Amino acid sequence: MALRFEVLGRFNRARAAQLTLPHFACQTPLFMPVGTQGTIKGLTTDQLEEIGCQIILGNTYHLALRPTSELIDELGGLHKFMNWPRALLTDSGGFQMVSLLHLADITEKGVTFQNRIGADIIMALDDVVRTTITGPRIEEAMYRTLRWVDRCIAAHKRPHEQNLFGIVQGGLDPVLRYAIGGLAGGEDKDSFWRVVAQCTAALPEDKPRYVMGVGYPLDIVVCSALGADMYDCVYPTRTARFGTALVPEGVLKLKHNAMVNDTRPIDPTCACMVCKNYTRAYIHCLVTKDAMGSQLLSYHNLYYMLQFPKGDVPEWVCNAMDVAGIDISSCCSS
Amino acid sequence: MKFAVKALSSGKARAGVVHLGSCPSSIETPCLLLSTRKGLPIFISPDLLSSLPSPDSNLLQFSPLHFSEGPSPKTISSIGGLHQMVGLHEYGFAAVARDSIQCLPECGSTNKTGASFETPCGRRLIKPVEYMEMITSMKPNLWATLADEVPAWANNKRNKTSVDRTVKWLDECIARSPAGGAVFGSIVGGSNIEERKRCAQEIIYAGYWIGGFGLGESMEERPSLLNAVTDNLPKDWPRMICGLGLPEEVLQGVAAGVDLFDSAYIYHLTIGGFALTFPLDRTEKIDYNYQLSDQGSDRTKINLRATVYRKDATPIVEDCCCYTCQNHTKAYINHLLNVHEMLAQILLEIHNTHHYLGFFRSIREAIKEGCFEQFQKKFVQSRREHLAADVVSV
Repeated sequence: MALRFEVLGRFNRARAAQLTLPHFACQTPLFMPVGTQGTIKGLTTDQLEEIGCQIILGNTYHLALRPTSELIDELGGLHKFMNWPRALLTDSGGFQMVSLLHLADITEKGVTFQNRIGADIIMALDDVVRTTITGPRIEEAMYRTLRWVDRCIAAHKRPHEQNLFGIVQGGLDPVLRYAIGGLAGGEDKDSFWRVVAQCTAALPEDKPRYVMGVGYPLDIVVCSALGADMYDCVYPTRTARFGTALVPEGVLKLKHNAMVNDTRPIDPTCACMVCKNYTRAYIHCLVTKDAMGSQLLSYHNLYYMLQFPKGDVPEWVCNAMDVAGIDISSCCSS
Repeated sequence: MKFAVKALSSGKARAGVVHLGSCPSSIETPCLLLSTRKGLPIFISPDLLSSLPSPDSNLLQFSPLHFSEGPSPKTISSIGGLHQMVGLHEYGFAAVARDSIQCLPECGSTNKTGASFETPCGRRLIKPVEYMEMITSMKPNLWATLADEVPAWANNKRNKTSVDRTVKWLDECIARSPAGGAVFGSIVGGSNIEERKRCAQEIIYAGYWIGGFGLGESMEERPSLLNAVTDNLPKDWPRMICGLGLPEEVLQGVAAGVDLFDSAYIYHLTIGGFALTFPLDRTEKIDYNYQLSDQGSDRTKINLRATVYRKDATPIVEDCCCYTCQNHTKAYINHLLNVHEMLAQILLEIHNTHHYLGFFRSIREAIKEGCFEQFQKKFVQSRREHLAADVVSV
């Protein structure tokens, strides 16, 4: 068995758990930064460890293209190649391959690539369909995904070192672990949470649930309350490269002219290296013009995403929840 | 700022020590000023900067023109100056209007009111008043006065004008000089030895900034021009220069008695995907039989984009203790370059800076041992021999 999932605490449907993987013992709920091509843009593996990153996601399609899964295998796997000691997750590659190869051909190929890359968690190929569609296409996607999962299981050559996650599409499925896909594609929020709620209600309690492509901090909080454990999204790093910082109140656009002479830090409550040392005015003069701007903002945004799900809840939130009759005292720093 | 010469070799090359208020340790010279953009290295983030050798890597250079588009001098003052603004309290900053990478002197547009530079924000004319306003708000440890630099081929009349203007602006800058911060008087004069002498003699201050080099003069004419300046400067004060970036050029500067150097070399190597590999071990014998099997290798540097490195799981330089060589392989950097990832430049700037600082350390050792002239000859010769071997083997 390459994975152990142990629930350590609960609050209604929400759970705090330990997910023990071959390369790292993770605490959930957790957020996974996306390192598409074997790197998180502009950050070193040391920095990622420092800010509390537990798992990084890699894109099988991109890595299969460059430098190829065979090369990664030859050099000892992706962990060794990029020198990341903690956990890795790779996706099936299906989503990006759609336009280039006949979908059915890549089912086993995707698993083979992922076996070579060597991540702790690998994804089964799914037939991706949006939740906004209606009609027979949904049922087709569900059955096809089920058939493909069987083929993935058969093709998986390293079950003791890598964990295969099945993806729920259009329905529910009794497979090893569970990922909830097909969301994060622009459907309205009211539909989105209902699908997540439905999935988490039906999926087994003792296995981790991964909502792919989510996302905004608020979405993560809601999904965690409903019983999900793992998330990934390009949002924090991508928005950093456009000069936007994540803050408790929402977002801060550092490019804006109002920032030119603003001598406050990005977020006075944030303990990251960027907020401790730099003013909005200085970051403003860097963003979109100098590589350093992207680096510093990516650092801050990832710190924000990685620290908040389990991090210290500000006192004002504890007080507000008190009045609202919701007990979050276990999350508040004493 | 305090400076003292500790050793001499071959007459003019000197090893010294400079002490700046904000740096906890003294810094040995000849030394390299690390290039920055707006006070921070171009790719190395501040938390990774501390992985470079200290105190060698503690001197940074910037141009006030980096901040032409904000924040304002008033804001910078209210933050507390440059050290505070970039969070590098224990580093030394040297301010020079010219930055050999992106603020290049545009002598055609310079006029009697100010010096013109080509910058990423377009062409800028900066007057002594504006320059001093920026210096005062930023509070660098040392700064050069505003100069009118001309390239080597400028005619005599233009040369004379540049010296006249530079001396005049020196007075204007010093009149507005903030308390604290060492002033380096700027010396220009193009390729006219007489003008260089005149400029050097008119200026007496805490240190000297030598301008007008790295603007097109040839390797052959440079030593005499350098000597024309340094021969006329008092020995006890530090000399800083811009524009001598390549190793051979640095050696020329050291031979003439220069102490502080900037360099665009590391930047250009880094963005080109090159990593420095030339041997730093001074006792190494020249190996005439070494294999030329590597594509993209000229024994000074390697081109990590070359396909020969695709599967090379060794570090850039085997016993290098920089962050990059301790943690990553040539294969990984090759991949990063191929997929255009920023991490490639970060890792390369770390290694190249580390390596070049090692070169400066070798220079200092050679001077202290009294054999700088041999060191310089051997270094230049081994590069030439390598090129000759290349030609023969083809």
